Amino acid sequence: MCLGVPGKIVETYEKGGLKMAKVDFGGIFREACLDYVDDAKVGDYCVIHVGFAISILSEAEAMETLELLRQIGSIEEELGPEIPS
Amino acid sequence: MKYVTEYRDAALVKGVIEEIRRTVTRPWTLMEICGGQTHAIVRHGIDQLLPPQIELVHGPGCPVCVTPLELIDKALSIAARPDVIFCSYGDMLRVPGSNRDLFSVKAQGGDVRVVYSPLDAVNLAQQNPDKQVVFFAIGFETTAPPNVMSVLQAQRLGLKNFSILVSHVRVPPAMSAILSSPHNRVQGFLLAGHVNAVMGYWEYPPLVEKFKIPMVVTGFEPLDIVQGILKTVQLLEEGKVEVANAYQRAVTLEGLKPAQAAINKVFMECDRKWRGIGMIPMSGWCLRPEFDEFNAEKRFDVEAIQAEESPLCIAGEILQGLKKPHHCSAFGKQCTPENPLGATMVSSEGACAAYYRYGRMLTTEHTENAEI
Ligand code: SF4
Repeated sequence: MCLGVPGKIVETYEKGGLKMAKVDFGGIFREACLDYVDDAKVGDYCVIHVGFAISILSEAEAMETLELLRQIGSIEEELGPEIPS
Repeated sequence: MKYVTEYRDAALVKGVIEEIRRTVTRPWTLMEICGGQTHAIVRHGIDQLLPPQIELVHGPGCPVCVTPLELIDKALSIAARPDVIFCSYGDMLRVPGSNRDLFSVKAQGGDVRVVYSPLDAVNLAQQNPDKQVVFFAIGFETTAPPNVMSVLQAQRLGLKNFSILVSHVRVPPAMSAILSSPHNRVQGFLLAGHVNAVMGYWEYPPLVEKFKIPMVVTGFEPLDIVQGILKTVQLLEEGKVEVANAYQRAVTLEGLKPAQAAINKVFMECDRKWRGIGMIPMSGWCLRPEFDEFNAEKRFDVEAIQAEESPLCIAGEILQGLKKPHHCSAFGKQCTPENPLGATMVSSEGACAAYYRYGRMLTTEHTENAEI
């Protein structure tokens, strides 16, 4: 229950006074409430938790982190296998 | 999918684990506070890939596991009423109360429904004006914004037949309790990334200051988890005590302001019992008196129900990082996911269920030798 799952907003609309969205979780679609993430728009990736968006994922940050971690991986490749201790 | 596949890349995960191996020079005990992370760690075998100096202990961040027995008993008592539709997140249905669970109430004719979102419960209240609809509002800071929205929405719609049974807990007071224990073994914390997505991480520097241990905001994919572990180990090895953020794509320092405002409007801090652990001062949220009409405990007069926990179950020690599931004499014997004695065996986020499901009890001997 407590796992937030990332999904992509494909459509936004209003329902019962709340800002709602249709969200694509890799081919599975669910409704989610966007009321807490005012600036979320179609195309954004969000963390959805029990039917609510609780975070808009930052593409720039995601890419930067990946780049950093790729470098860690490639340093290892460049150095070759570790000397067994 | 974007940001998912990349963060499950096995080669990258391996690279980061190698970096942890190169960084570590002595033993460190880390706690992941969140049950979702416990599940991911055991599922992907991250605990077994780490260098032997790093021990992960599993924290109390599973809301199903820590919901106190008497609140389950209160839920059972309300759900059994003929005039009630009782709504709950699915994983609460099999959590054992003192002598039964919600599932058996349902089997005996109680109208118990599983909902995905608390707004589904509000819809049910609209559609069933002749019934009382009660939502079991459990969780940490992540489910608080959705749960309070159900109350705000019911108020907006003028519903008189909707109420919530609140069992809300907060992470920082639980961490304080763990770190204050004379038996504490935790030297660094992986913070529960989605709790921080909502709350930010401005609440944590005072804890770091007080207990002098590093804390790292950590996400949920395998790569996020190893990155959080690497950052924590780097801080420990460098002797730095601070809060770092290893989940920057989802978490900011200030968090989700509108959600925090909604929580503060509907909830206030209160003392809260944690299953297996006991009362932790000001560790919970409960409804403000202005929202009494939405308070199921008051509406159904169940405030006086008390309960005693099973003496066999050591879930409390497990949730504080003092023991592992296989140290429990009932683990895999009297206690299995089919027949759970304690809440940590019921929820897939509970440490006992994760160990059982991924066969960690098979390695008991190996693990115990490794610990000596
Ligand atoms: S194995 Fe069962 S009885 Fe033992 S601590 Fe875990 S939940 Fe409790």
